[in-house]
Formats: sequence, C-alpha cells, structure tokens
Amino acid sequence: MKSDDKKSKSVAKERLQFVLVQDRVKLTPDEMDAMRDELIGVLSKYIDVDSQKIEMDVKREDDMTALVANFPLKGSK
Amino acid sequence: MAGKTIVITSGKGGVGKTTSSANIGTALAMQGNKVCLIDADIGLRNLDVVMGLENRIVYDIVDVVESNCRLEQAMIRDKRYDGLYLLPAAQTRDKTSVTPFQMKELIEKLKEDMDFIVVDSPAGIEQGFKNAIAGADRAIIVTTPEISAVRDADRIIGLLEAEGLRDPEVIINRIRADMVDRGDMMGIDDMIEILAIDLIGIVPEDEGIVVSTNKGEPIALNDNAKAGQAYRNIARRIMGEDLPMMPLEKDSFITRFKKLVGLS
Repeated sequence: MKSDDKKSKSVAKERLQFVLVQDRVKLTPDEMDAMRDELIGVLSKYIDVDSQKIEMDVKREDDMTALVANFPLKGSK
Repeated sequence: MAGKTIVITSGKGGVGKTTSSANIGTALAMQGNKVCLIDADIGLRNLDVVMGLENRIVYDIVDVVESNCRLEQAMIRDKRYDGLYLLPAAQTRDKTSVTPFQMKELIEKLKEDMDFIVVDSPAGIEQGFKNAIAGADRAIIVTTPEISAVRDADRIIGLLEAEGLRDPEVIINRIRADMVDRGDMMGIDDMIEILAIDLIGIVPEDEGIVVSTNKGEPIALNDNAKAGQAYRNIARRIMGEDLPMMPLEKDSFITRFKKLVGLS
C-alpha cells in the first residue's frame, strides 16, 4: 500500500476529531487558528516548540470538557 | 408503579431512531414490562407505521394535551404483546402543539401505570427535540458509523447534559464488520473514544430491518435476525442486566458466495 493511500476510516476519524474540537469549544476554524498561533507565540518566548507537530483536541471526560494540547519540543523525541 | 422514561434521540435524521424506539419498546414488552411508546415527532409521525399500528389511530398526543380525549383513549394497545402501547403523534399539526411542560405532565401520568416509557424524538435540536427530552430520566443516542451522524451525536450529548440529562448512552447502528475490517468504516472503539459515553448496544446492518419495516413487524420479534437479537439485548441492558456485546460477525463464506452469485 502506498503511504498516502490512507484507509478512509482514519481519514474520517481525523476529520471528525478536528471538527469536534471546533464544535465543542464553539470556535470557528479561523478563531482556532488564531488561538493556536497565539499559543505558539507565547510558548516560543520560553521554549523551542515544534509548531509542525502541535496537536489540539477537546476531550470529554467524566465531569468536564477539556482542551488538551500537545506542544512537542524541537529536536526532542 | 414508578416507570422510567427513556428518550431515543440522535440529532441527525435517518440513523434509525424510530426503528430503535419500536424495537426497544417491543423488546422491553417481550421481557414482561408494561411499555408505552410515544411518538414525539409531531407532523412527521412514523412510529405507527414501523409498529404496524397505523390503521388503529383514532386520537393522538395533541388530542390528549388539548383534552379532546382521555389519555387511555389515545393509547393504542399492541395485540402482539401484553402491555405494549403506542401514543401516536399528530400528523396534521406542528411541533409547537405540545409544550415541554405538557409533555412532562403526560409522562408523569403514564409513569403511574407503566414500567417504561420510550419516547421517539424527532431529528434536529429545536422545539420537537426539547419536547421529547422534557420528561426523560434517561437518554439513548442512536448513531451510525458516519462522520455526520457522530458529529450530531456529539452535539446532542452536550445539549442533553445542559438540560441535566447526564450520562446518555449510545447505540451504534448499521455497522458493517466487513467494512470495519477493511478500514473503510469507523469501528466501535473509534466512536466510543471520540464520544466518550457508554455503549448500550451495537446493531449490525441487517436487510431484515427493511423487510420488517415493510411488514410493520419490529425485527425484535424475529428470533433469527441479528438486529433483532441486538435489540433484545439492548432491552435487557436497559433493565440492568450486564450483558456482553455480541461480536460483530462477518458474513459466512457461504453467504458471501451467495451474494456474489446473486442468490441472497
């Protein structure tokens, strides 16, 4: 299988997770991008963030909904 | 008697709310419960035809709230099972003909006599949905393994929680093991991970549903149908039984062969 020949299920799951982040925080895609960029800006003042690998998700847990963001550091594994 | 009220909802239309309501109600009655199904989809009534009771409607839910008849007069008794009733929606009125307060009152009255009240919610998140959830103790969300349906289910979970209906459960309907295996359909785990709510049942895609709807006989009455078994299991879980999920079965070699050559 070619590497870009991703299973459609994985595509669906990724698209769904992305759209649910927006639905759950009630932000437009533009606002999401703006928030993300601002977060990168703030964090970059202190640490070396790898902006290509950032993941943001809004997760529903037992008693709350939480924005869970992952900012990997550059050059880290 | 203090019955429990369960609302069957989804947000998105066409995912199997009415079929699920009919079968859960029927399966609960098969377990010996006294059950009243309420069609809350005023203006687009369909639970009557899925149940095969469309020819017996005299009064409907709007007649009851407007005091044109007594509640018992509008309740159709299903002759196939003792203790199974349907309160039909009105067809020529709109969603505003019943208020959430009236719905609550109606359900309180029914609870005195019923073990379970199963409310079939309309699609959408407007007035009809608000009416449907008004008197509910418990919510079951129906979804299918499609992005649009899961997205709407997620939205409904948020709305239910805002209305104080905590811990809704989900039925994943129309799942196809062969497509999940190929990686072309989201699996149960994917959807549960995303929605973060409890699973109360998995209903496999089953052609028998179309046949049973054609005849007005809920598939829960069919001992041999996989989907019927799935709904009977859901009813038992609703009653508190800790029943394992049926494994998703792929078609047997013979069935696949028959499909291939057009015999099945």
